[in-house]
Amino acid sequence: MYLLRLALASLNNRRFTALLTVFAIALSVCLLLAVERVRNETRASFASTISGTDLVVGARSGSVNLLLYSVFRIGNATNNIRWDSYQRFAEHPRVAWAIPISLGDSHRGYRVMGTSTAYFEHYRYGRKQPLLLAEGRAFESDPFEVVLGAEVASALGYKLDDSIVLAHGVARVSLVQHDDKPFRVVGVLQRTGTPVDRTLHISLAGMEALHVDWQNGMPARGAGRVDAEQARALDLQPQQITAVLLGLNSKIATFTLQREINQYRGEPLLAILPGVALQELWSLMGTAEKALFVVSLFVVLTGLIGMLTAILTSLNERRREMAILRSVGARPWHIAALLIIEAFGLALAGTLLGLALLYIGIAIAQSPLQSLYGLYLPLAWPSAYEWGLLGAILLAALLMGSVPAWRAYRQSLADGLSIRL
Amino acid sequence: MSAPLLAIDNLGFAWPRQAELLDIPTFRLERGESLFLKGPSGSGKTTLLGLIGGVQKAGRGSIRLLDRDLGSMSAGARDRFRVDHTGYIFQQFNLLPFLSVRENVGLPCHFSPLRAERARKRHGSTDAAAASLLEHLGLPPELFERRADALSIGQQQRVAAARALIGQPELVIADEPTSALDADSREVFLQLLFSECRAAGASLLFVSHDQSLAPLFDRSLSLAELNRATRAVEC
Repeated sequence: MYLLRLALASLNNRRFTALLTVFAIALSVCLLLAVERVRNETRASFASTISGTDLVVGARSGSVNLLLYSVFRIGNATNNIRWDSYQRFAEHPRVAWAIPISLGDSHRGYRVMGTSTAYFEHYRYGRKQPLLLAEGRAFESDPFEVVLGAEVASALGYKLDDSIVLAHGVARVSLVQHDDKPFRVVGVLQRTGTPVDRTLHISLAGMEALHVDWQNGMPARGAGRVDAEQARALDLQPQQITAVLLGLNSKIATFTLQREINQYRGEPLLAILPGVALQELWSLMGTAEKALFVVSLFVVLTGLIGMLTAILTSLNERRREMAILRSVGARPWHIAALLIIEAFGLALAGTLLGLALLYIGIAIAQSPLQSLYGLYLPLAWPSAYEWGLLGAILLAALLMGSVPAWRAYRQSLADGLSIRL
Repeated sequence: MSAPLLAIDNLGFAWPRQAELLDIPTFRLERGESLFLKGPSGSGKTTLLGLIGGVQKAGRGSIRLLDRDLGSMSAGARDRFRVDHTGYIFQQFNLLPFLSVRENVGLPCHFSPLRAERARKRHGSTDAAAASLLEHLGLPPELFERRADALSIGQQQRVAAARALIGQPELVIADEPTSALDADSREVFLQLLFSECRAAGASLLFVSHDQSLAPLFDRSLSLAELNRATRAVEC
């Protein structure tokens, strides 16, 4: 179509402004899509942190709090669960499996979690994916064995058979080290993109051994100390744990068991459905991501208004161009169509460039993002929703293009063939 | 005898909320004729050319081009009719600076299938037609693919003339096309224009304030004498 050729030639004649306009639109489109992707992936990875677990049980507090410390390793438990309560529900006829969790220690900023081998067997994340070992094995009978999350191993550079000293408490700088009882790395887990990557896993017995000689929250002194060899000989049955993850034989029993746990007379307990608590937690954080999305929408609008300004400013200089076109037979609607094509062309070029920028950005940032934030951005084709957004941007550009088109239409009717500047 | 190419009868025109600008009882332009129309600026010549081109519509009276009454056509039909049968040359700035010389000449063929068809019939393609016209008008072929704004004013006016003539419109309207040229190139340009109009069988309506050019034409008229409205204003 000849009008397209004319529009492109005319744009090419003003390529500096045109390129700036295209860049502004491209950046805004790239920002919008990037925010959209990060938003979706954050939500998805958030929701896929834990799956397959029917109930999370902890001391009575808030459901979000329980979820945060038991699954996300954020914050602390207000209280512990007695071992006999754990046993009672672990052996409940409706319960298929139970994973005990004991928290409270750390290693160079990463949380240490005491658990049982049931953890490696039953814990699921994402689409019911099991935990897999990248190398080594799960911990066994020796209490001083540790299995590292992928990020812990890669960030701190630990290999199998390395020796690790754990610290008491969860502060990044801990004053009290369990340096009398070092742990040996026996396994490293594959990357999951969940808090598991940032966790050191030891057995409950190991957790107990660390604190076996502690009194009143302080390590024993002198003769009261128990070294690692002595600890191995002791009965390391824990008295308390922090939380329990339960898997049930049948989903139908979930609410019944939840009620039973919540009404348990032995001690005040709280059982939550992880999916519901995740929703609750996400709705807290959702406002920020919505705000981000709205801001990026406005950035796109700004880009388009920039385009409108550039085209409108050019109209006056181009009256002669319009008059010449009229004199060689272009009708007023041709002139209007030229401007619409121009606006659409700029927006289309901007959108395509924006997509290109997005994919280049993802390609560059993919691995740092994953290792730093556990956020995996796939190099995938735009989703239907993203196509919709892009379509809406182009439609908005068309609508905006109709403003200068209308003005040029009126102008070319009034100017006719004779325009002297 | 065949009907004149252009016949204006009892034409009256006024811009909104202004006194009548044109009042032309009668005006004829024959086929193949070259007519010099003297009109100082402000005499309404631009308006008259707009009316003949069908950009504006006459208030009263009739303008008949090729025996068709422009007043009875819709605005779109007038636009189509204009480009099919009329070529324009203006004072200056005739060309789209961002297109090549050859493309500028070919422009009317993109908007008028009739002229494109005629150009093809005679030269094989619109490009060949453009090249042939440009050559006849004395433009060296190495300039054909240059951007139009790389040419001198004199060369640009020749390109404009080629564009007005491509596809053999019956009427060529020239509005002060030589005023930006010096005296020597003015005469050369006019001779070329005459010979090309003759070759294409086109009538030439040439509007200028420069009376010295008048003897070169078949006939000359003064718009001031033709137009009763200006006389009334001037009195």
